[in-house]
Amino acid sequence: MSETLEQNLRSHGISRRAFLKYCTTLASLLALPPSAATAMAAALGKAQRPSVIWLSFQECTGCTESLTRSNSPSLEDLIFNSISLDYHETLQAAAGTAAEQARENAMREHYGKYILLVDGSIPLGHGGAYSTVAGVSNLDTLKKVAAGAAAVVAVGTCSSFGGLPMANPNPTGAVAVSDIITDKPVINVPGCPPIPVVITGMVAHFLTFGALPETDLHKRPKVFYGDTIHDRCYRRPFYDQGKFARTFDDEGARNGWCLYELGCKGPITYNSCATLKWNEGTSFPIQSGHGCLGCSEPGFWDKGSFYQPLSASTWHDIPALAIAAGAGVAVGAVAAVVSRHRQDSTSQSPTNGEK
Amino acid sequence: MNLLDFARGPGLQGALAIFLFGMTWRLAGILLLRRKTDFSVARTGDWWFGAFRLIVQRSLPRREFASATGYPLALSYLFHIGLVIILFGLNQHILLLRTYTGISWSNLPSGLVNLAAAVTAAAMVALLIRRLSHPVLRLISNFDDYFSWLVAFLPVATGMLAVAHLGGRYENLLAIHILSAELLLVWFPFGKLMHASLIFLSRGTSGALLTRKGAAI
Repeated sequence: MSETLEQNLRSHGISRRAFLKYCTTLASLLALPPSAATAMAAALGKAQRPSVIWLSFQECTGCTESLTRSNSPSLEDLIFNSISLDYHETLQAAAGTAAEQARENAMREHYGKYILLVDGSIPLGHGGAYSTVAGVSNLDTLKKVAAGAAAVVAVGTCSSFGGLPMANPNPTGAVAVSDIITDKPVINVPGCPPIPVVITGMVAHFLTFGALPETDLHKRPKVFYGDTIHDRCYRRPFYDQGKFARTFDDEGARNGWCLYELGCKGPITYNSCATLKWNEGTSFPIQSGHGCLGCSEPGFWDKGSFYQPLSASTWHDIPALAIAAGAGVAVGAVAAVVSRHRQDSTSQSPTNGEK
Repeated sequence: MNLLDFARGPGLQGALAIFLFGMTWRLAGILLLRRKTDFSVARTGDWWFGAFRLIVQRSLPRREFASATGYPLALSYLFHIGLVIILFGLNQHILLLRTYTGISWSNLPSGLVNLAAAVTAAAMVALLIRRLSHPVLRLISNFDDYFSWLVAFLPVATGMLAVAHLGGRYENLLAIHILSAELLLVWFPFGKLMHASLIFLSRGTSGALLTRKGAAI
């Protein structure tokens, strides 16, 4: 009999206490009641090492980098190492035919039970020829692997919303996972890259409850994407006071004032960066002095300059406005000429003269 | 393209184009009209001063009508001053104006702008109640009066909600606020809101003519 997750962790030197602490933290992050931590520990502890297949399509490997290197070694890493990651092109030792065979074997042995994680968008242009693995297009691979998956987690903005590959003019015809997979539970974990604990949190939630957590309108888990960065930002009081950094090196910036004027997209970006942070809770972009890019929102590449304030227009075609004003003057002049003509006609009419 | 993208992009561009078209149409149409030739000898040459004087004078309360006009006049002053503070004092608005003019200035503290917005909204509501409850005012009011009030009030109300993050997701609140401002821009040249520019033109013209004739103003 294969060892359970808890047994596997113990063999890695993780105590029962640390394991329970992790479950409690995870339950808290997922906004679950305290009793859920016990249920989560019980479910995770008994779980056989679940099979996970990770497919990488049009992406930069940043999502994998985030997960494996952000705060290693960590308990999340070990949890992730303790699942049966049967296929991951970046991390697996096998290559070529052996790698593909590993995926086929995992799919056959765990059909209908494995969890599919996808990073990267799927190119549809030219029959999917822009991105292939082992001679098979990403589209065909996704359809085939997703058919036997219990759930699909789209990791990163590219797989969630199309991301950078889908940016205008979208030369490869890139689409998101949820555009293709419509008959399976799909959850989006966007971010460029996403926060590691959010990825592991989704897997843990599925193992515990057998379902993915409640999502918002963009299929993002509400527990992690329920609030805007702005709502949880430590610079928010400066926004409320009207204190803004004007440049990246002025006194306001040095005093840690709000970065709204420098293009921060925190007010319209839903993510947990401001609370969970990165590198073991060390910092996040705004804390490092740069505004939020809005990377966990759909189409964030095509929303104008990263440094354009949110209240500023994204279209300011001055010549077009000048033409509109000129047209107004022309119409007004014609109206005035017509009026003058009427004035002349009225003043020359006999009726008017008799008066 | 979501609602906010539309509001910040083509929506704003279109509204501004209509606003500029309408404003220049109305102003050119009036300014290019033929003026009646005045054959009389001018009593005084400082008609510019007369024009300016009448603009100021007609903006001040008249003592003999103070009891009748004091209340609406005070409310009107309150919400006009409030609108100026909101439009030119809030940093988000300054950043928008900078996009088109390249000019920027220091913003006012948000607390002061929020207070101005609250006073403005309250004064506008009070004026609407007065218009609805006053028999004469109600009789002479038409669609233009009520719609102009609405398009002026909506940006204030939605702006307050957006700043306070009340009533929905911020991106939707911001989009609705910008769209309401765009509605104001579109309506501005064609309704009674046009008084904001014509009032100076008409009062100035009257002041200049009266001064030329030597009338006391």
